[in-house]
Amino acid sequence: MKQAQFETRHQADWQALAGQLKLLEQGRPLGAQAGEFAAAYRRLCQQLALAQGRAYSTSLVERLQLLTLRAHQQLYRPRQNLGPRLLGFLIHGFPRQVRAARRSILLASLLFYGSLLGMGLLVYLFPDLIYSLLSPQQVARMELMYDPDASRLGHFSERGSSDDWLMFGFYIMNNIGIAFKTFASGLLLGLGSLFFLLFNGLNIGAVAGHLLRIGYDQTFLSFVVGHGAFELTAITFAGAAGLQLGGALLAPGPRSRRAALRETARGCVGLVCGVIGLLLVAAFIEAYWSSVTQFSATVKYLVGAMLWLLVGAYFLLGGRQRQAA
Amino acid sequence: MPPATPATSLLDTRLRVETPEGVDLLLSPASALTRARAFAVDLALRAALSLALLGVLGRLGELGIGLGLILLFLLNWWYMVLFEVLNQGRSPGKQLFGLRVVHEDGTPVGWGAALLRNLLRFVDMLPLGYCCGLLASLANPRFQRLGDLAAGTLVIHQPRAPAAVQLEPMTPLPAPFALSAAEQRAVLAYGERQRQLSPARREELAGLLAPLLGVTAEQAPLRLQQIAADLRGTP
Repeated sequence: MKQAQFETRHQADWQALAGQLKLLEQGRPLGAQAGEFAAAYRRLCQQLALAQGRAYSTSLVERLQLLTLRAHQQLYRPRQNLGPRLLGFLIHGFPRQVRAARRSILLASLLFYGSLLGMGLLVYLFPDLIYSLLSPQQVARMELMYDPDASRLGHFSERGSSDDWLMFGFYIMNNIGIAFKTFASGLLLGLGSLFFLLFNGLNIGAVAGHLLRIGYDQTFLSFVVGHGAFELTAITFAGAAGLQLGGALLAPGPRSRRAALRETARGCVGLVCGVIGLLLVAAFIEAYWSSVTQFSATVKYLVGAMLWLLVGAYFLLGGRQRQAA
Repeated sequence: MPPATPATSLLDTRLRVETPEGVDLLLSPASALTRARAFAVDLALRAALSLALLGVLGRLGELGIGLGLILLFLLNWWYMVLFEVLNQGRSPGKQLFGLRVVHEDGTPVGWGAALLRNLLRFVDMLPLGYCCGLLASLANPRFQRLGDLAAGTLVIHQPRAPAAVQLEPMTPLPAPFALSAAEQRAVLAYGERQRQLSPARREELAGLLAPLLGVTAEQAPLRLQQIAADLRGTP
């Protein structure tokens, strides 16, 4: 068949497909035509192969290639049923991923909690050590935040604000941003994640040691125990995901570094999504529960312990059933 | 899925990707400069939006500032992700310059890859002004920055439709001998490019074939066009 005949025969098909593509590219549904789209695309692929095989002119082949590319983009669009997938991830996907990543999480936790406890102990024993990390103004601000006489705790407490929205927004922006950086900087051979884990561990440890030493233990501990269950866990998870990225580059195993990085990164997406969820919960608790001082410290400790148990149980037991089935 | 391979061994930046349907897609990865321009547009847009947000929400008191902080966070970290997934791989800046983000196998970018490549942007921006990303994309035949490498994504030029071909009517005349596929393509392309070539250039090109066709150099352009018309056939 000569090229001119070929074009005349299929011209109508191509125009119909181009019309459908125009709709799809504008994000509108195809309606009744939707069933024909895939078949039309496959026919087009065959026609493109024929046009190439029969050495038809470059302009025709280019036209068909463009149409194929556009149709391919529409046919292989990402699945949009985000709601059910997120729910499934929450119920069983996330705890399973966490258990699968337990080695890197253990490492990140050792780094983070190790530096936290070590620094806390050191500052408790040698009070001047805190000034090697924080300036006197920062220390004064910390002391003000957890002053037992304050009506509200945490950032912005000095404003005496009844508006928790501000704090909620601040915690979301600050904490999730830090978690993202902790994860992403793992790409620098893991050094970035290492830095953020240790930096945060040392800082939190120093503040904790200092506040416990000057006798603000009740306000400080009752403040952090609730949201800490989510926030500290999330930081270690983000660090663990970052360490995995670095590990893939340092020890790729029997794959190229590039392939190792790609596979590891894909596995980390779930952890990162989970971290976002944990930090959203943490910001909510921090703004609306931890900062409230109406309740006695005992109640706060009890609730805090329950939250820690809840988080622990979720990651240890969640998603076990379907694994067995 | 086989990895994308360069389309030819020549200095061609296009990538050939085989689809499950057994045809090859040609993707043309976008260079750092085009991408920087698109990013600049996005950056300006985000800055303008942030200022507008602060201006409006700042008047609403602390509720407004809290909301504003959340929206700033969304603008900062999620602007690219949401646009890339929900607007077929194109942020407004990319759309302006005809770019789009796809997976390495040519399929449109999904949630996981979009999130990864944009979170890892933080590393690409280190130590300042996208140094890491620039170095990575210059060292890479597909111009991928570090985030693209980890997420397995590419930024490609959205191909434009080729201009319609206008053919002059011509009496077809069969070629004096059988043509190979490459020769047939070349002759057909010569026929289609008549309007873009000057008469001198037409004569020069066709003149090369004059001895083979058994005509003089002056007759060669017409003869070659007639052969092209024959190869193309009549509808």
